[in-house]
Amino acid sequence: MRIITYEDAILEAIAEEMRNDARIFHLSTDAPQPLVKEFGTARVRSAPIAESALTGMAIGAAGSGYRPIIDWRSVTFSFVAMDQVVNQVSKIHYMYGGQKSFPIVFRTKVGGGTRRAAQHSQSPYSMFMNLAGLKLLLPSTPYDVKGLLKTAIRDNNPVIVFESERLANYRGNVPDKDYCIPIGDADIKRPGSDVTIVALAWLVHEALEAATELAELGISAEVIDPRSLAPMDKKTLCQSVQKTGRLVVADEAGPTAGASAEIISIVTEDGPTFRTLKCPVRRVCALPVPVPYSPSLEDHVFPDKTQIIDAVIEMMGDTYPT
Amino acid sequence: MPVSPAEQRNMLRMMQIIRRFEERASQDFLAGKIYGVVHCYIGEEAVAVGVCSALRENDQIISTHRGHGHCIAKGADINRMMAELYGRETGYCKGKGGSMHIADFDIGMLGANGIVAGGIPIITGAAFAAQLTGAGGVAVCFFGDGASNAGSFHESINIAANWKLPIIYVCENNLWAVNTPASASMPIEDVATRAVAYGIPGIVVDGNDVLAVRQTAAHAVERARDGRGPSLIECKTYRHRSHTERATQADSRPPDEVSGWMEKDPIERLKETLKTQQGQLTNDEWESIDQEIIKLIDNAVTFADASPFPPAEAALEDVFAD
Repeated sequence: MRIITYEDAILEAIAEEMRNDARIFHLSTDAPQPLVKEFGTARVRSAPIAESALTGMAIGAAGSGYRPIIDWRSVTFSFVAMDQVVNQVSKIHYMYGGQKSFPIVFRTKVGGGTRRAAQHSQSPYSMFMNLAGLKLLLPSTPYDVKGLLKTAIRDNNPVIVFESERLANYRGNVPDKDYCIPIGDADIKRPGSDVTIVALAWLVHEALEAATELAELGISAEVIDPRSLAPMDKKTLCQSVQKTGRLVVADEAGPTAGASAEIISIVTEDGPTFRTLKCPVRRVCALPVPVPYSPSLEDHVFPDKTQIIDAVIEMMGDTYPT
Repeated sequence: MPVSPAEQRNMLRMMQIIRRFEERASQDFLAGKIYGVVHCYIGEEAVAVGVCSALRENDQIISTHRGHGHCIAKGADINRMMAELYGRETGYCKGKGGSMHIADFDIGMLGANGIVAGGIPIITGAAFAAQLTGAGGVAVCFFGDGASNAGSFHESINIAANWKLPIIYVCENNLWAVNTPASASMPIEDVATRAVAYGIPGIVVDGNDVLAVRQTAAHAVERARDGRGPSLIECKTYRHRSHTERATQADSRPPDEVSGWMEKDPIERLKETLKTQQGQLTNDEWESIDQEIIKLIDNAVTFADASPFPPAEAALEDVFAD
């Protein structure tokens, strides 16, 4: 075991996979220097700032036998490539009858808390969840991001890996040996019995702190990180809620038609799970505004452990009579 | 390099296959046997046939919404094409794509595409793959005058020029983007002028002269294979029919402009050259070639019509590759 940062875990995953497979190349508007140094500019290339072209080029190269990794950098820039994402890459395998696979990884940074204002503080993964044909990952630890990214690179489909901007320098344990984490498996970050907190990305860490404080109040919270938004691990989510009878979802994105809405739908559509609910489900999400710049404003917009704790305490007092 | 009479006859035959295929597709569309939308290439056959005759089997192309001609010219199986139009299981895309989404990756046909300019980045990526592989493969991007106004065109051609990718951008300027004349969309007469901005050759060619197209394409292909980078070839041509085969499709084009271009029919031109100038074709020979082609198309329709529709549950297949 070593302790490394989230960002270094990402670079390790890419380098390890590139060493094993000559078909992998990395294309971005700002090539990561450690990768350039090891693999050269033919395989780790800086491209003009033209995300639509880069995204489409990944499709053509994948269809020609390569396994491209495209780094959009901020998810903000993926939006200028939306035709290629929505009309092309998410549909191409299906639309052409499955005659060719398109193994592509799109890396992109999401989340706020970096004082970069509205255009550079977004968490729009639910917009991509609306598309069939994409796998979507949202890892919250160095261990998870490395293991999931390696799986994504080996997957024969387009996979978007949403990397949390706030967690770039977060440090955690990563094994020395090669490992992969299956796509679609949620992780129970902390077991508990009174309430299920499903948290995403940076909020996983806030939820864990909340759980520690709740324990001091005698409330046992289970913290679940879905890690994969598509496919979503329905089984683990439902099993947890069946055990606790209470669900709160914490997301750095806004609530409307968000990942939080989808998680709640998945859980409450399941009859056996729905019938175990002891109180209404709750969402702890960003306020529905563009993210503002000033610290006093931005910190008000994003939820943290305090809102999670408040929600749980309210839910404990709001339990249906049995 | 002169094109032998035998090869010219092959090119004539290929153009006639496209024409007869589309005449039948139009007829069957209006009869309700083909669904959705059909965009006919009739009148522009010399571009696809001229360019593809200059390619090797493992070279790659990408097409547009008006894609039947490119498929056929690259060597696609017309039975599977017709079956796709008929929405059948035996079609190229197992009935999931239809007229606008026929692809055959095995013959280097990376797909028709329903989004104007959508294919341009994709084939640019295939050219990047060909460059990485270094086996002399070349890519051809077919697109229309309308697409040359879109961002993806400029993003892609800039990258291709900058990286000297082995690609030929072939603009089929049929003078109209649906019902808007090119003159209302561009402040320049020739799309080829745009090549200047990217430091690559821009050539205007009579797109209804299949031999001129072939010669121009062969030169650009040789250049690309030699590692000297992309070219932009603008083929001036015209569609004989309105934008789509829909009976209610408006057509804003002046009737005398349409009839003037009908006089320049690319098939008639090559036929007359072979007959009168070269003495390489008699009326009887042509008649028998055409009858043989009509039979091919009839057989394709018979194959399509005898093929089953995909079972409803196949709608859930092919979203992801294994």
